[in-house]
Amino acid sequence: MKFVLPLCIFLILSAFLAAGLRLDPQHVPSPLIGKPAPYFELTKLHEPGQTFTPEDMLGKVWLLNVWASWCVSCRVEHALLTALSRASVVPIYGLAYKDGRESSLAFLQSFGDPYVLSIEDPDGRVGIDYGVYGVPETYLIDKAGVIRFKQIGPLTIDVVQETIVPMVARLRR
Amino acid sequence: MTAEIGHFASILALSMAVAQAVAGMFGAARGIQSWIHVARRAAQAQFILLALAFCCLAHAFVVNDFSVLNVAGHSHSRLPVPYRFAATWGSHEGSLLLWTLILGLWTAAVTWFSRSLPADMLGRALGVLGGISTGFLLFMLLTSNPFLRLVPAPAEGLDLNPLLQDLAMILHPPLLYMGYVGFSVAFALAIAALLGNRLDAAWARWSRPWTTLAWTFLTCGIALGSFWAYYELGWGGWWFWDPVENASFIPWLVGTALIHSLAVTDKRGAFKSWTVLLAIAAFSLSLLGAFLVRSGVLTSVHTFATDPKRGVFLLVFLAIIVGGSLLLYAARAATATPGGSFKAISRESLLLTNNVLFTVAAASVLLGTLYPLFVDALSDAKLSVGPPYFNAVFVAIMAPAMFLLGVGPVARWKQASLPDLAVRLRWAFAVSACVSLAVPMALGGWRPLVSLGLLLAVWIVTTATVSLWETMTTGGRHRLLSAVKSRSLGYYGMHLAHVGAAVSIVGITLVTGYQSERDLRMDVGDDVNLGGYAFTFRGVTDVTGPNYLAARANIDVSSGGRLLGTLHPEKRLYGASANTMTESAIDMGPLRHLYVSLGEPLDGASWRVQIQHKPFVGWIWAGALLMAVGGGLAVFDRRYVRSTRQQPSTTQESSGRPASAGLPGAHP
Repeated sequence: MKFVLPLCIFLILSAFLAAGLRLDPQHVPSPLIGKPAPYFELTKLHEPGQTFTPEDMLGKVWLLNVWASWCVSCRVEHALLTALSRASVVPIYGLAYKDGRESSLAFLQSFGDPYVLSIEDPDGRVGIDYGVYGVPETYLIDKAGVIRFKQIGPLTIDVVQETIVPMVARLRR
Repeated sequence: MTAEIGHFASILALSMAVAQAVAGMFGAARGIQSWIHVARRAAQAQFILLALAFCCLAHAFVVNDFSVLNVAGHSHSRLPVPYRFAATWGSHEGSLLLWTLILGLWTAAVTWFSRSLPADMLGRALGVLGGISTGFLLFMLLTSNPFLRLVPAPAEGLDLNPLLQDLAMILHPPLLYMGYVGFSVAFALAIAALLGNRLDAAWARWSRPWTTLAWTFLTCGIALGSFWAYYELGWGGWWFWDPVENASFIPWLVGTALIHSLAVTDKRGAFKSWTVLLAIAAFSLSLLGAFLVRSGVLTSVHTFATDPKRGVFLLVFLAIIVGGSLLLYAARAATATPGGSFKAISRESLLLTNNVLFTVAAASVLLGTLYPLFVDALSDAKLSVGPPYFNAVFVAIMAPAMFLLGVGPVARWKQASLPDLAVRLRWAFAVSACVSLAVPMALGGWRPLVSLGLLLAVWIVTTATVSLWETMTTGGRHRLLSAVKSRSLGYYGMHLAHVGAAVSIVGITLVTGYQSERDLRMDVGDDVNLGGYAFTFRGVTDVTGPNYLAARANIDVSSGGRLLGTLHPEKRLYGASANTMTESAIDMGPLRHLYVSLGEPLDGASWRVQIQHKPFVGWIWAGALLMAVGGGLAVFDRRYVRSTRQQPSTTQESSGRPASAGLPGAHP
């Protein structure tokens, strides 16, 4: 019987390897999915005297897009965000991450402003709470203020059509 | 044309591999000599065809034929010629061709040096090797063809990854593959022995030189890879427990166990079913390594660009080869007859314990490597297993193994006595204990792990000295020469390899215990002291290399006011791929390395500079080299050399060896 043991171990190992082929080791799930969006209170980009907190958005489904004028993929993503905003699928709020007010405003002026409202996080502290490790990142937050989806890196047409649009429709119900 | 010739040659090589597999297996099963002869010739033809295919691809690289997709993707016209040649195996496809070529070389070597093998063993072994080769050639031709054309041809290639543009790239992959693939011979002989009911001492004797040679190559390959990472990655680490490093280290650990287990089976006829399992495991783990690198199930710095089709193909192949051989093992291993009996204290039991420890070490490294995959598959959670796990587990398992390593060679076969061993080794232990206490004090503070490492290292050396001393003093002084000659090359090779292990342990222990480093901003004229050396930053000059631009720093090193030399670490920008690379500068002395690397430019003329003092780090690789030389000596032991020249009956000739059970009697 003991001579069959190596075969059994190998079969179990192969089952795991076969399962491993269907997994993507590069994919890192966010621990924030299903958790309430971390609280913050940040200055609005266009009205420096006023602040914005996620609590203002309770009862609405919205997107929080983390971007920066220094980030090249944000420029790539910008056209898609503009289209998404024009189609009024879901309100998009922008968080200017680790950036100066002037350069953020200049960016929006020259490329267009897809955001309902922009806020700024110049020292990146809120970014730490949200686990931002690559700009751009986008969070879909539901009526109860819970993060439902996170995209690391630029949004793509596939992600918008296959994930965000159906999720927004479901969350609005 | 060359790419097409190469492509065609590899298709012909595939047909030769199939012929070799079929003719070898059926010839052995039916006892038809001429078929076995066909298998031999097919194996040799396969090797020649693969060498031709390889030369075609190498030619395309050297002459910059960018109409070959693989060349366009991994080379550049400004790349220096030696690196263009090495780029032949710088991609998944090209390295697979190298793998099959080396398998062809080992197979051809089996046909050349197999005169002592019974015809049915040879036929079956060639059959197994042909089957493996068929699988790899099918894999290459169906999923990873290196000869595909790219039309229209681009004017320039995408360049080889700058990390790979190094002299080590020319040697590291071939050495490593010689090791990995070399275990296929021990594997094939094990399967042949299982199929032919020939699990006996003679089988172990045939397997020993092949296994030792493969192990020697693997040792060199791993050591060179470690040294390469040390100077190329730019921050002075020499082992990272990266999944792909582990993929080469696990077969090495099992191969080490196999070498020792084969020795027992050869000399005493014991452990047959265990030895055959290790022979299957060593090569299976090499295959598993190939799967891990090429399927994308793990992330690592080494992995090739992946494609799911490849992973599926390799997994099915792995399942057939490994699953099939373990099934055969389950059916046949029980028929192995017990070998010579031995007592609880004997060389056999010491070797068995060491074997188990090495296997457990291999299993724990494998567990740590695959654990992220297991967890991901079961729970969708992501985690990684880092050096703390590997270091803790590995040291704990290796420490007793290294202690027993000292006792094994002086213990008697069958039955040894503890009091006798204690008396013979008392001085060795006393010296080891004193050194392990005194040296750390002298070097800068007592640390338990440093003491343990030194204790084990000195123990290995002193016990080897006891063994050599006992050899030389048997029969009085005037017989010294004949006493020395009476011992085989294998005996000296063993001690050399063991001392090599001790040297590596010293290096690992002392560099881990006493290395120091400074990471600082340096302006022109600044100096810093580290480990008794003064480093003065003399600024940075711009340098143009063949395919890169570099900022080269000049850092004077002096000791006690005397200038020892100038180190030139560089920061390189490779034009074609726009990659920046840190090229460290190392002053290598026998007792320490001074390791300097250049960080980023800061404001003005100042730079971030990292300086490290690494005592005894070179001993790690010097020890590995000694192990390899020891392995090389053992391969040329006259017992094997003679047995390849004489007829098979000589394998039972030596006196004192128990007549092994399971004599070949029932084979067709």
